[in-house]
Amino acid sequence: MKADPINVLTGVHFLDGDTACAEGALAAGCRFFAGYPITPSTEAAERISERFPLVGGIFIQMEDELASMAAIIGASWAGAKSMSVTSGPGFSLMMENLGLAVMMETPCIVVNVQRGGPSTGLPTMVGQADVMQARWGSHGDYEIIALSPNSPQETFDFTIKAFNLAERYRVPVLVLMDECVGHMTERVVIPPAEEIELEPRRFTKLPPEKYLPYHPNADLVPEMIKAGDGYKIHTTGLTHDERGYPVMSAEAQHKLVKRLVEKIRLNAAAIYDITEVNVDGAEVIVVAYGITSRVAQPAIEMANQKGTKTGFIKLNTVWPFPTERFRKIAQNVKAFVVPEINMGQIALEVERAAAGQAITIPIPHAGGSVHKPEDIYKVIVEVVQ
Amino acid sequence: MRANSETPEHPMEALLRMDRIPHIWCSTCGIGTAVSCFIEALKKSGIDLKKVAVVSGIGCTGRVAGYVKLDSFHTTHGRAIPFATGLALANPELKVVVFSGDGDLIAIGGNHFIHAARRNMNLTVICVNNFIYAMTGGQLAPTTPILANSSTSPYGNFDAPFNLPLLAASSGAVYVARWTVLHVRRLSKSIGEALNKRGFSFIEAICPCTTLYARRNKLGTGLDLLKFYHDNSEIRHGADPRELDIGFQKKIIVGKFIDYEKPIFFDRYNEGMRQALGDRFVEYKLDSN
Repeated sequence: MKADPINVLTGVHFLDGDTACAEGALAAGCRFFAGYPITPSTEAAERISERFPLVGGIFIQMEDELASMAAIIGASWAGAKSMSVTSGPGFSLMMENLGLAVMMETPCIVVNVQRGGPSTGLPTMVGQADVMQARWGSHGDYEIIALSPNSPQETFDFTIKAFNLAERYRVPVLVLMDECVGHMTERVVIPPAEEIELEPRRFTKLPPEKYLPYHPNADLVPEMIKAGDGYKIHTTGLTHDERGYPVMSAEAQHKLVKRLVEKIRLNAAAIYDITEVNVDGAEVIVVAYGITSRVAQPAIEMANQKGTKTGFIKLNTVWPFPTERFRKIAQNVKAFVVPEINMGQIALEVERAAAGQAITIPIPHAGGSVHKPEDIYKVIVEVVQ
Repeated sequence: MRANSETPEHPMEALLRMDRIPHIWCSTCGIGTAVSCFIEALKKSGIDLKKVAVVSGIGCTGRVAGYVKLDSFHTTHGRAIPFATGLALANPELKVVVFSGDGDLIAIGGNHFIHAARRNMNLTVICVNNFIYAMTGGQLAPTTPILANSSTSPYGNFDAPFNLPLLAASSGAVYVARWTVLHVRRLSKSIGEALNKRGFSFIEAICPCTTLYARRNKLGTGLDLLKFYHDNSEIRHGADPRELDIGFQKKIIVGKFIDYEKPIFFDRYNEGMRQALGDRFVEYKLDSN
């Protein structure tokens, strides 16, 4: 289906990333926003509070992020596309109900505009240290989808994509921005509504007496209903069977958790999205995401100019991680260099995927600013020497 | 399930998930009675059952959502109210009922409780108060009376409990009542009134927990507790909520304390936006998705 023109601010704009994120949500048909103000994400909430009354959406400022996350799950079950926007400390509070959204298989979007941590950390300054939290932050075993834009334009585009993936796989999808991307202001082109493709909710066509809320299709994703349609379904955060009824057994746990994990793992090739530049024939490949993928560009150019064949992989999705692709690339490359604004998180994934075929060199940065391109350049050059 | 085709149908069967019976509640627990009162009220209310959603949190009462044959959501500990807030806002046609326990709604969920009441969110909240955390084995609750024994107050509780009607009323609830589960007709009538109320309605249902609360405190059987309610409840409609504290094995004042009208969240939102934006305001409709 196509986007509704009422939601789409078609034209060329000069927007910060947070605002572009809000516009992306609108274009995707988001109709419910629950959130709690937190720097550096507040501009997104402010924009939505201004725009929603003009397009028939509901904005509510909740008492905290626990409530915000719970409310967007409830709203999704009522049939609305829903979203919340936060940063580190709020993201931590959302972990509880993020797990509930995974367990109930509820499409919804959480945007984390990352700042420096741990704890209150650097509220106004950049970080990328929530990447592993995004993957593992809620208790129990699950798989998640997370996208990482590096510009206001990508933030607009990826937010729409996040909504589509959430509907397609019935999962909460995370948009991992960072403070730099959230606060930088750039040209954003918003296309006409008819050029924006949206994934409809996978509502069942079965009558209530034949419908099982957690009976999966061949792609392991079950069809959904919305409250009030007469299906009288039950859903729970407890381990459950295909009826949605709690079942306390190792067998039920195995069946459910395996499916929740596999609906992402087995579809990973269709979900993950990376941009490869000069990967063939490269000696060294720089792997980066978010703002760091831009900071790395001068370093890569300089290295290539000075004769080090340097490729580049940008992770548009950080989760699921494209393990297979990296394992293949690792066969023909000497090293992966991984600058990120944390003490080495995605570097661990790259190292795992490389499986000893290529070395992985993290370039850690504790946050508060971006890397200096020359620091990345130095590492690239040292690797080949 | 009925034992055989000869067994007459239970009058509440249509509203229960009979394929989940027997339930997990202990013999002489009062939660089942509270559920019966709710179902009775719902049947009498004439509300379209397709449009009723029940949301529970965690705990013994948290299991209610699993037994009612309605759209029913068993959520996380303390978060039934914000989950219900999302449901109620995103589909204003729904009648959303939060059915949960005192620990879930008032301890871990206390912040959500007061804020939903403040906003006059269109929710009916039924709080079964058994004075204890029963599911986890009888620990101290924010409702445990002073001096009562629990597994985490083995020398007696010295921590002041909440007066739930006062909390609800002072936070902005438009309907507040308290009954024990002995008062089945009155409890059911109050739930019916609450269901037909627009805004945040709150009912406290005092309920025996024989297995944990009564046994630890040597209060006898479930029947003894009901006898205690019978002898020690005083109906005082319109009582000042400040006078509704519950002492250990002391008099329990029951009745309807608060019942008035004021705009719900959506009334204020829509009216305010219409004034601020005029024709530019687009009212929320679920179909606009």
